[in-house]
Amino acid sequence: MEFQDWLTVWFHIDRVALGFGTTVFFFSFATVTAFAGGCFVVYLMEGQPTFFKSSLRTLLDLLRTLPFLIVLYLLYYGLPQIGIRFNAWTAGLIALSIYHASYYAEILRGARVALPQGQVEAAKSHGFTSFNLYFRILLPQMVLRSGPLFGNQLVGCLKDTAFLSIITIFELTAAANDLQQVYFIPMQAFIVVIALYWSISLIIEKALKSMGRYAKHRGLSYE
Amino acid sequence: MNLDAWTTLLEGAWLTLWISGISIVLGIVAGFGVAVLRNARIPFISQLLYYYTSIVRATPMVTLVLFLFVAAPLLPFDIDRWIIAIVALTINTTAFNAEIWRSALATFSREQVEAAKAAGMTRRLMMKRIMLPQMVITSLPGLVNEMSLLIKSSPAIAMIGLADLTRATNRISAITYEPLPPILAAAALYILMIGALVRLQRVADKYASRLAM
Repeated sequence: MEFQDWLTVWFHIDRVALGFGTTVFFFSFATVTAFAGGCFVVYLMEGQPTFFKSSLRTLLDLLRTLPFLIVLYLLYYGLPQIGIRFNAWTAGLIALSIYHASYYAEILRGARVALPQGQVEAAKSHGFTSFNLYFRILLPQMVLRSGPLFGNQLVGCLKDTAFLSIITIFELTAAANDLQQVYFIPMQAFIVVIALYWSISLIIEKALKSMGRYAKHRGLSYE
Repeated sequence: MNLDAWTTLLEGAWLTLWISGISIVLGIVAGFGVAVLRNARIPFISQLLYYYTSIVRATPMVTLVLFLFVAAPLLPFDIDRWIIAIVALTINTTAFNAEIWRSALATFSREQVEAAKAAGMTRRLMMKRIMLPQMVITSLPGLVNEMSLLIKSSPAIAMIGLADLTRATNRISAITYEPLPPILAAAALYILMIGALVRLQRVADKYASRLAM
């Protein structure tokens, strides 16, 4: 590892920055949509089980047993056969959002089951509509209680963005591969990129720690 | 899909299974080693292992596989692709397993350790006879969960040209020009593999909670 090779990475930092920006964009977009989707799906599954609810549940369970790449392949390579075409970015965003929404739904469902039933009855007797009951009473508690699980899921989503390089999206891993192919600096390019992934995950960890402190402050988390 | 397509697909499934299988076994053993080493609080090594787990847990499998693949030619000897794949999967899963083992070590009952020491057991014997059998049961749900996570990230090995189950769908559609059936069939095979592990995890969970009573 020569000093010169590190300079090469530095001279092409714009490529790395482009990849980094793309990765952060996909990660943030998918996190927001997947989280919102997860919250909404759990809302749909509130109350007495119906055929719709149980089939939704089965669908989500099946989605969670698939690797992310297969879902991506299905959207990007599979669906054009029946006339549904997405470009790589759209397919990536949809796949990441749907796939991770199923995990958020599962985390939130676990938290929902643990909430005391008395709250629901108390809110209903105060005349809460089911929408307000869920989004103003139940959801905030479910979210604050699932802090550590969100951490794993967020890092998992960050890592899944690397699969996007397979469908030709120029994200962080693609940037590393690009640099190493053009300038023959495999070690330097990948070390820089891995350090960037690591720093994002450290930021996520920090953010969740402060969320955990807030949850404890509000008396929603024990330990 | 004809017979040839199914053969390609099943060969891909088999590659996914054996490469993941070897990595799972290596990763569980190595993860235990890392956990015990970290628990021993040896200066320098302990910090080194902390950074290892922290960095590897944040590194995407695709990135790790590619990194090892392009860095391998710097070594003085040739390495097969499948070895690189196994090394990458093992490095990844070891970091996660180490955390699972470490939490089992940290929550192990002090009373039993003290009782074993009072009975004159050496550390080795105590680990073998008292701690390990119980730690296996308490860690099993976490370890099985990690196995399914590993299989879900295993398609990353397609990056270095290994025809795993996901990659096999590409090969089939390159011949038939119909990508949808092989992708759906591959999805069904993944559902079978990971569904079995999810079942196993539930059984392990029940067993572990019964022990904790």
